[in-house]
Amino acid sequence: MTRYLLIALLLPFAAAGIIPLAYRGLGRRLGWFVLTIPIALFAYFLTFLGSVDAVYLRHTWQWVPSLGINFSLTLDGLSLLFTLLITGIGSLVVFYSIYYLGSREDLSKFYTYILLFMGAMLGVVLLDNLITLYIFWELTSISSFLLIGFWHTRSESREGALKSMLLTVMGGLALLAGFALLYVAGGSYDFRELLERKELIASSVYYVPAVALIFLGAFTKSAQVPFHIWLPAAMAAPTPVSAYLHSATMVKAGIFLIAKFSLLLGGTPFWYYTVASFGSVTLFLGGLLALRQVDLKALLAFSTVSQLGLIIPMFGMGTELSALAGAAHIIHHATFKGALFMLVGIIDHQTLTRRIDLLGDLRRRMPITALLMAIAALSMAGVWPLNGFVSKELIFEALLAPPFGPNVWTWSFVVLAVAGSVFTTAYSLILAHRILFGRVVPARHVTGYKVDEGLDEDHFDANEFVERAHDPPAPMLLGPALLVGLVVVLGIYPFPLESSLYQAVAAASLGSVPHHSLHTLPVIGWPLLMSLVALGAGALLYVNLERVAQFLEATPRRWSANVLYEAALRTLHRVAESVDRTQMTGFLRDYVLFTVGAVVLLMGYSIVRGLLGGLRLDLAPVTLWEVVALGLVAVGAIMAVVLHRRIPALIALGSVGAMVSLLFVFWNAPDLALTQLMVEAISTVLIVVVFSRLPQISRESASGRYRAANIAVAVGFGLMASLVSAIALGNVYFESISHYFVENSIPLGGGANIVNVILVDFRGFDTMGEITVLSIAALSIRALLRARVKSQRGKTS
Amino acid sequence: MNMLILRTVSPIHLYIMTLFAVHLLLRGHNAPGGGFIAGLLTVAAIILQAVAFNSRHAENLLPIPAGWFLGIGLLLAAGTGLGPALTGAPFLDQTFTHVNLPFFGDVEVTTALFFDLGVYLVVVGAGKWILLTIADERRTEDEHQGEQPSGG
Repeated sequence: MTRYLLIALLLPFAAAGIIPLAYRGLGRRLGWFVLTIPIALFAYFLTFLGSVDAVYLRHTWQWVPSLGINFSLTLDGLSLLFTLLITGIGSLVVFYSIYYLGSREDLSKFYTYILLFMGAMLGVVLLDNLITLYIFWELTSISSFLLIGFWHTRSESREGALKSMLLTVMGGLALLAGFALLYVAGGSYDFRELLERKELIASSVYYVPAVALIFLGAFTKSAQVPFHIWLPAAMAAPTPVSAYLHSATMVKAGIFLIAKFSLLLGGTPFWYYTVASFGSVTLFLGGLLALRQVDLKALLAFSTVSQLGLIIPMFGMGTELSALAGAAHIIHHATFKGALFMLVGIIDHQTLTRRIDLLGDLRRRMPITALLMAIAALSMAGVWPLNGFVSKELIFEALLAPPFGPNVWTWSFVVLAVAGSVFTTAYSLILAHRILFGRVVPARHVTGYKVDEGLDEDHFDANEFVERAHDPPAPMLLGPALLVGLVVVLGIYPFPLESSLYQAVAAASLGSVPHHSLHTLPVIGWPLLMSLVALGAGALLYVNLERVAQFLEATPRRWSANVLYEAALRTLHRVAESVDRTQMTGFLRDYVLFTVGAVVLLMGYSIVRGLLGGLRLDLAPVTLWEVVALGLVAVGAIMAVVLHRRIPALIALGSVGAMVSLLFVFWNAPDLALTQLMVEAISTVLIVVVFSRLPQISRESASGRYRAANIAVAVGFGLMASLVSAIALGNVYFESISHYFVENSIPLGGGANIVNVILVDFRGFDTMGEITVLSIAALSIRALLRARVKSQRGKTS
Repeated sequence: MNMLILRTVSPIHLYIMTLFAVHLLLRGHNAPGGGFIAGLLTVAAIILQAVAFNSRHAENLLPIPAGWFLGIGLLLAAGTGLGPALTGAPFLDQTFTHVNLPFFGDVEVTTALFFDLGVYLVVVGAGKWILLTIADERRTEDEHQGEQPSGG
């Protein structure tokens, strides 16, 4: 059984690998081929539904056992929820994209990235070893980067892709650091092994920094304030991507992480208050910012930010209610938000605009789209009897029963949640009412309106398109219709999913199975009152939106986290440039000076420290012939520097090499001597060949300081090299393994020449790497020189 | 410069050096030598021709493009590694056997020789490519500046 799980994880990657081939055979029908993969995976993962075991399947394949890095596939309730989300929404999105993507798009690239993402995301939720989890975590960032930048000719796509990459990868690195600290505290990278040492970790001094770093990873991925800025920028991606990665799956990876780690690290006030504060502020600000968007997709992006802020504290609280509420809302949010994204994509597709102020009266022109849109948006607002209502009630109920007792903080979380829900209602009504029932405003009356790049400005009238808009072909509506169907069904009868999935998720996150708590009929109580306040105040806000718009706009834009991001980016560029200017002079001699100087300083420091610490110098007696040869080496080296004519300097340099190979002969290393001779001969020829390119050597006119630095670095390097070799011989910390080679060269390698047997047999892998490097070097040298020749040719002709 | 002597002697050298390189390659497992040294020696032989005549002449001595040497050499080396891996032995596990050939007598055959041959081909390919590209650049530049090639 576990083998199937491994196949399930590898399937998307394998499919991504053959996409280019499949594209040749299938052409525009490629999407149908891709569609089979998420559907098959979805069906596979569905078979696990039903029981609420803590862990369904677990198997470990060794990868780097010496470092504790293994491929531990683990399927528990939490990962089951996410695998279903990834493959289920994945199927719908792929199906939708078949109709969404135009005939000119690069399908092969698109589906390769989508499959890559699917596999990476499955890896994140299925792998239990922290290092492998981290690897797949970063893979999702990379595939997201590629997908956001899919329309790479547009600058906003590139900027959005870069922004999301920088922020999420920064978070990913923090995550890696957090994992490393966990390893220090708990002595393992395996999640289950760490669980057994839970108390040890909780009492460790590394607990708080590790948790903070893991939070940084989770919050950047799940777009929590102040890292939320990448999500609106990511809306430059094609709409199927936004629906898939940036509303349903990838942005929930942070939630997954917090849910997973709450079992290990949760249950402390630090954990709860940090998660709840970030989440609540995000919920509030996301909702507020969503209200002032004019682009439908941007509105959905901020709404996603806000909803993520609603879910995240649920897994920080660690109560039965909250875990259940969080699990339910992950699925519920994925259904209505996925549907909304696809519907907005349809509207964009049919009317060629996503501007809220241009759209209106879609109820009559696109009735089916409008109906689905209204249901999904009302569910987001939390209207009975849709699924948004069910999970929101539970969330409010959970918020009212905080784990460490009510205090001023928990009350402020409640207030922020209600306020955020008021905004949610208001922007949901924009989707459910304004663009469906509102008037169509002539484009020229809209301030700040700019025509899309690809369209001819003179002949473009947005109204024309809005007027002529109609429902898309049925297959395109199928995905959103299925999701909206779920919105309704889960609103009326969510109980099967509760007992088969939500409880399992909560069990995986809490360690114990919670009681049934979902209710679909309104129950008189505080949660219902909060919902009613949110709906009523939200409706009021929507009606008076024109009046409060000025107030909304008044929030200074320079407080945006974007300002911070751009300042950081600018500083980074400036620092990099200044480093560049000091170091990258374009003169080889400077590069050598910096590099060798740094080596001398670093190694010199440790040599001096080592010598003071009692390193021994154990030197062998020197024979007369060695003295003669070494003396000649020294003479040759000095001559090479002092002589100012090329041929003599070259001969002096060659004599150094010849003497060194003579020394090898003294020391019974004929292979080395031969190699050294050959290298010497060839490099001499090489220098002769390039002679005609070298400028005439003239008297050095460098400043005294520069020369002094050169001399100091050169002498220092020589001194250091001789000290290192002398010390290395005198201080043996490990037993030499050379006797193994001597003994086994003939019996195991079948060769009397130990050097060669080592090269081709004992250390064959090293040689393999070396010849690969050599090939790459040859290729690059050729490419560089060819490019030079070509550019010079271009200049002269 | 009068290159008459060099030009007369170097073709003969080509054979001697190449033959010696093959000798070094084959005996490498048991006596000083091996793919790397043999490769360098072959490169030196080619370079000698480039110096004595010109780089185009040297290039035409082996009409197979240098890139092929790199590719075939790498494939050969990796192939000898993959062979044992397919039978369950570790990657790059080498083996050897003795065969009795007429005339040569007892000859040791090692899989390591094929690996070494791969190393040899890569070194020859890389060396030839790098040196001839540099020489070639000089040539094209000389042609552009309308100067005589300095070899003449």
